Amino acid sequence: MEMITSLLAGILFATGVYNLLQKQLLRIVIGTALISHGAHLFILTMGKLKRGNPPIIVEGVENYVDPLPQALILTSIVISFGVTSFLLVLAYRAAKTNDTDNMDELRGNENE
Amino acid sequence: MLTAIFLPLILACFIPFLSKWKHSIHTGWFVLPIPFSIFVYLITQVGTQFSPFERSYSWIPSLQINFDLYLDGLSLLFGLLISGIGSLVVLYSVYYLHKSEQLGHFYVYLLMFMAAMFGVVFSDNVFALYTFWELTSLSSFLLIGYWNHRKGSRYGALKSMLITVFGGLSLLGGLLLLTIVTDTTSIQAMMDQKETIINSPQFGWILGFIFLGAFTKSAQFPFHIWLPDAMEAPTPVSAYLHSATMVKAGIFLIARFLPIFSMSEWFFIIVSTVGIVTLCWGSYMAVRQTDLKGILAFSTISQLGMIMAMLGFGTKVAVFAAVFHILNHATFKGSLFMVAGIIDHETGTRDIRKLGGLMTLMPITATLAVFGTFSMAGVPLPFLNGFYSKELFFDASLHLEGEGLAQTLAAIIPYLAVFGSIFTFVYSMYLFFGTFRGEYKEKELPQKPHEAPIGMLISPIILVLLVITIGLIPELFNSALIDHVAESVKGEPMEKEIKFWHGWDGTPLHMSLIVVALGALLVSFRSYWAGVYKAVPGALSLNKAYDWLVDRTEKYSSTITNGYMNGSLRRYVRLLLIAMLLGTIGTMLLTDGLALNPTDVEDVTFPEMLVVIMMVLAALATIFTNNRIAAILILGVVGYGLAILFVLYRAPDLALTQLIIETVTVALFLLVFMHLPELRKRHESAGTILINASIAILFGAMMTIVGISSYNSKWFDPISDYFLETSVKLGGGHNVVNVILVDMRGLDTLFEIAVLGIAALAIFNMIKLRRKKGAEE
Repeated sequence: MEMITSLLAGILFATGVYNLLQKQLLRIVIGTALISHGAHLFILTMGKLKRGNPPIIVEGVENYVDPLPQALILTSIVISFGVTSFLLVLAYRAAKTNDTDNMDELRGNENE
Repeated sequence: MLTAIFLPLILACFIPFLSKWKHSIHTGWFVLPIPFSIFVYLITQVGTQFSPFERSYSWIPSLQINFDLYLDGLSLLFGLLISGIGSLVVLYSVYYLHKSEQLGHFYVYLLMFMAAMFGVVFSDNVFALYTFWELTSLSSFLLIGYWNHRKGSRYGALKSMLITVFGGLSLLGGLLLLTIVTDTTSIQAMMDQKETIINSPQFGWILGFIFLGAFTKSAQFPFHIWLPDAMEAPTPVSAYLHSATMVKAGIFLIARFLPIFSMSEWFFIIVSTVGIVTLCWGSYMAVRQTDLKGILAFSTISQLGMIMAMLGFGTKVAVFAAVFHILNHATFKGSLFMVAGIIDHETGTRDIRKLGGLMTLMPITATLAVFGTFSMAGVPLPFLNGFYSKELFFDASLHLEGEGLAQTLAAIIPYLAVFGSIFTFVYSMYLFFGTFRGEYKEKELPQKPHEAPIGMLISPIILVLLVITIGLIPELFNSALIDHVAESVKGEPMEKEIKFWHGWDGTPLHMSLIVVALGALLVSFRSYWAGVYKAVPGALSLNKAYDWLVDRTEKYSSTITNGYMNGSLRRYVRLLLIAMLLGTIGTMLLTDGLALNPTDVEDVTFPEMLVVIMMVLAALATIFTNNRIAAILILGVVGYGLAILFVLYRAPDLALTQLIIETVTVALFLLVFMHLPELRKRHESAGTILINASIAILFGAMMTIVGISSYNSKWFDPISDYFLETSVKLGGGHNVVNVILVDMRGLDTLFEIAVLGIAALAIFNMIKLRRKKGAEE
């Protein structure tokens, strides 16, 4: 299963990168969201999947899944949420101010 | 000695205040006592009983970088030149520069330069030496560009800066290597390790780097091109920096390291060749010039080449002649520059084609020029010092020996020496006769010429008196000074083999006579062969090469920068990703990082597969949909799919958070999308799509491979057992993930809260605070 989740993470990365390379702002934000999903899945996979119970201590149960990656992912989810929402509003404002959401039209000045 | 270095610097700090009342007292008068008192101090050191001594002052002892100062014959000679000619130049400049000039700037730069030169010649520590070396480049740059409203000044200053700093940096490289090889930073201590240095594998580099530094500073071929352009500086500067002091810093460096380097035959080959070529080229080019200072600049180049060549010979006579000529050249060249300055000052031009017949109008200046030029030409008169050193030069060139390449070179050198000296004679005579004899072209002169004020004449008179004194009683200077210098350069006592002025029937004298005879012929028939100069060097001019190089470098670097910095964010992301791909894949291939045979893998189950397939489809669909609502919802599908995977992989907290966050994100997207333009059909060329797609696919594949490979390489057990064991005991909680988040790794959580807070504030500000549209520009 780890192989398949790795592959899934790879596909998430690939689609994320492809979206990132598009011209439209919204797609770029979608791309970052996909990449962060991929990364989360990646972290979980690297910590081995499904080797025991959920990490909530119950008397008599010896075998639990690794709790550390879960804690890391939880932190990461929150941060990526913050960043994504910021990006989204930024994209919204940029599109509003410049009347375009085309990255090619949002270039800096030639002589900067 | 430390006083000598720092006194000028300290005074330089006060110059701005002193120059405030420059209209009543010329600022130069405040400066004059400094070099003069140093000169007096150094003069007291001179004597037959002189012996070297050193002083040391801590600077950065932990790195062995200190002000280790060392005074031997060589540095004493240079110290005398710097302080002596420095005093004369300051005196001269008092009369030369008008009070309306920015005197404060001038004397600050000049004092800075003086201090730096003292530092260069007195330093025993290579890093202190390098520090002062660069300070001379810097202050010279400022002095050349003194009249910074002139384009020529700025061009000359930039050129000299580029070339000398290029050499300076290579010198630093050489000195660093020397330090590494010998494990000491003191030059005197390096002398004791000659064998180590010669036999080290880096010796070639050391030699090359240090030579490059010395040749660029001393305007040797082909790095001489900055010197003629440095003539844009005020004449006192040219006289001081570009004849007597700075350009001799390279000579000093070669002389300083001579005992080490001369053990290698490459020293002879390189230094002699460069010196002789510079001598010939410089003297040839000098005849071509029409500007008085231009002639003197190329003459300086050629004389420096001669000194360099003599150092390269490395024999006792040659070294003696070299240090003797350093002194001689400084005296007559300094006086000639001052004479040129006087002519410029009194007639308003330096163009030799407009000058002529000034002999009767400016008799004193003319007299001074006679001694200067004739001494420079090496005319065989027993009261001109230039003749003695030229004679010694010929003598030294005749007694060279070596094997192989060195032998061939030794055979050619005397002829080249004569060849160069003929042109030296020609331009010297041209300089004098062209200016002071011939017809008087009154109409072409901007000002009516008359004799210079006495103040301006004092300095050149003193220098010319020195020329004659050295010429008449050389023995006095020999025993008191030159002997010590030659001894400290050669590293062994000199025998008194210096009765050079008795050899009237020797070959050197015959060579001198040939030079005079042929030179006189060439001068007389100058108009017949002047056309040669138009043809040679013509297109081969090194200035053109320099300009081309500078121009090309600028153009190419701007082409390259504009090539990849096109302002498109996509381009940059692409480049970053490609670099990442190449780096990662390359590293994996090179280090056997690839491990694609999975072990210890969990079984595949049907519900998981179902979710995975769903996610894959959704992820792919984000690419192909052109409907913004659809894109957002599909993104939601991926997020919820991930949440389900979290459930399946027994991460309840994750699943919970992921669900909530995904919901909020989708809601946010939906809030914003109304205001974003519709996702249009993309008009991308097939090539762009192909590139993007292949980057994306490769990147995904790379991440997969990295994942699988790293999954297979587990070197140690996870630390999670500790968390599981102590969660209840120490943390007092049963949910291990939560205990980790708030107890064991609580700091992460604190800052993650900070991130959310900052994001919220930023979003709030972005929406709330906006400039009014009209007020933007």
